[in-house]
Amino acid sequence: MNIFEKMFAFDRRWVYLMLGVAVVIAVKVPFTVPIRISKEARNIHLYLDTLKAGDAIHLAMDYDPSVMAELQPMTDAVLKQCFQRKVKVVVSALHQFGPALAARALDTAVSKHFELTGEKLVNGVDYVFLGYKPYPALIILGMGQNYRIPFPTDYYNVPLDSLPMMDRIRNYSDVKAVINISGTSATDWWISYGNGRYGIPLAIGVTGVMATDYYPYLQTNQIFGMLGGMVGAAEYETLVNTPGPAVESMKVQVVAHTIVIIFIIIGNIGYFATRRKQRQNIV
Amino acid sequence: MKRQLPLIIIFILGVFMVVQYHVPHESSEFFYEFVALDWPPIIGMFALTLGIISLVRVSINRVRQRQDNWQYSIFTLVALTVIMIAGFLPPFKGPEATSVRWMFDRMIIPVSATMFSLLAFFIASASYRAFRARSVLATILLVAAVIVMLRFFPLGPFGDPIAATAGWILNVPNLAAKRAIIIGVGLGIVSTALKVILGVERSYLGRD
Amino acid sequence: MEWGTAIATTVSALITLAIFSFLYKDNPFYKIAEHTAVGLSAGYWVLLLFYNVAIPNIYQKLAEGQWWYIFPTLLGALMWTRLFRGVSWISRYPLAFYLGIATGVAIPLEMRAKIIEQLNGSVGLISYWHSPGALTATGFNNALILVGVVAALIYFFFSKEHKGVTGAVAQFGIGVLMIGFGAAFGFTVMARVSLLIERVQFLLFDWLRWY
Repeated sequence: MNIFEKMFAFDRRWVYLMLGVAVVIAVKVPFTVPIRISKEARNIHLYLDTLKAGDAIHLAMDYDPSVMAELQPMTDAVLKQCFQRKVKVVVSALHQFGPALAARALDTAVSKHFELTGEKLVNGVDYVFLGYKPYPALIILGMGQNYRIPFPTDYYNVPLDSLPMMDRIRNYSDVKAVINISGTSATDWWISYGNGRYGIPLAIGVTGVMATDYYPYLQTNQIFGMLGGMVGAAEYETLVNTPGPAVESMKVQVVAHTIVIIFIIIGNIGYFATRRKQRQNIV
Repeated sequence: MKRQLPLIIIFILGVFMVVQYHVPHESSEFFYEFVALDWPPIIGMFALTLGIISLVRVSINRVRQRQDNWQYSIFTLVALTVIMIAGFLPPFKGPEATSVRWMFDRMIIPVSATMFSLLAFFIASASYRAFRARSVLATILLVAAVIVMLRFFPLGPFGDPIAATAGWILNVPNLAAKRAIIIGVGLGIVSTALKVILGVERSYLGRD
Repeated sequence: MEWGTAIATTVSALITLAIFSFLYKDNPFYKIAEHTAVGLSAGYWVLLLFYNVAIPNIYQKLAEGQWWYIFPTLLGALMWTRLFRGVSWISRYPLAFYLGIATGVAIPLEMRAKIIEQLNGSVGLISYWHSPGALTATGFNNALILVGVVAALIYFFFSKEHKGVTGAVAQFGIGVLMIGFGAAFGFTVMARVSLLIERVQFLLFDWLRWY
């Protein structure tokens, strides 16, 4: 066996170990990576910056713990910007494990806002958490007619009509935008049903796996902005001047990506070397 | 009637919903708001619990019949029972009960998050063992992938040109490719929906 | 660190390590963690459906005198006949109700969002060619997008053999598709690694308290 054949014969668990050690070292070693802001992330920030105190947006948090690492920092950054600008937020979570994450994100945002400004945000006055209902496609359509159709009460079983903030919010025409942060096909439904039927301005935050699929919708203005994966979350944390877990993770991303690129290069060098040797043997 | 009536129901409702989109008359809006959008979440709740009942049935059968790895099904059943009891006890807070939140935050989140983080290792292994530039097309794929991966690297004077190239890749050829796929998917969705409404597609009825 | 948090964090960390142990090989710790999570997830979902759907959308509505909600409740309950072999055909009725509505709303909206708007976005680029910007980089990019979309669609059209001009265009189309898949792979690596980073940060900073 030549050196390349030996390299490809060894246990894949050594590859796992190399990646694991590289990530652990990168997490520990302090260095920073400059964050370039993309146009699609800046569009969301600029749009929310044009809103006035008292305006409302709908934040649709349709994700579960498996993609929390990429999407929760986006949610935290968007909530921070909204609360700072005194924009009211209607929150829904149309994934079955979403409500607990949404409740957690709201609790974190409210306590951080209090630490920063001393102002206590009140559920029902500054934000409303609708909760979860099954079959997101029809729920999105239902909210577009009247929030009270799918959600007669909020997540805590308080009637929507008794919440002061919902006095003047009936459906999507009473909110300025929908920001959908999702790791599921709910994003497609928000585009087709939310924006498609009701024309509500829509921006999305999606996982890296999904991000490349939504560039066509940016070009047709069916969405006005997009945050793509961890790098999108890091861009938004930078835009709201709150470097957090996403910005911190970018340095580790650089190291991990370097490892993967090196693996690809070594793999291909070995492939071409082995193929050349096979051709020479045939000749 | 066992097969005909459901097909008739689907046809009538399907055609009505298509017409309703184009003719939003008051009477159709009434049905749209107070039946079409209001009833499905309730029906959906019952449908989703079917899956959970099925899980319980399968786990109990596995334990009863001592099938392979039957011992692990006991963990499934015990965990399900414990969290449901915790949620249905006073003060009847359900998913917001302290003990339920604890189990969600400390047990469900770590399993879910860690399970998917294993994929990072598998992708590294696949990069090493499987991603080969065997053909021109594979080379194009690899080059595009590497440029997109490098876009946020601090590469000094090369950083901006690579980021700009990655941006071009995402906003031009990637956009074209994904648009073609979206159009194909859209055509597939519309044709499947039409087949269901017209009764050509009947697999959801199951067997008699 | 107070003891309650320490114990809770240790439980999460042990579960995390049990799942990571799968990388070495499949083992009982991994299986126990996985099966426990399946049971907890199913139970959590039951609680969510009961407290978030059954209570507000059924019980409270009936209690307020809106008696007509008995109809969707009965229709939904008919879904459970699927569990009993002799009467499982009855579950076709609520399924038909839901499918009729879902497919009916899907046709116009998916056609608009995925076909008409996307074709509009591509063909609309043609009007750019008459403008002064046509010979700029943007004009070139717009032309490339339109040609790329058409070529990729031709690649997926298998009713005609990919020979001659059709074959050449289809080859260009698959080239465009490969660039798209390459871009997707680049993002996918980032996505997967993000999840690993978060878990490592949890183990090092929240559990082992390395700062």
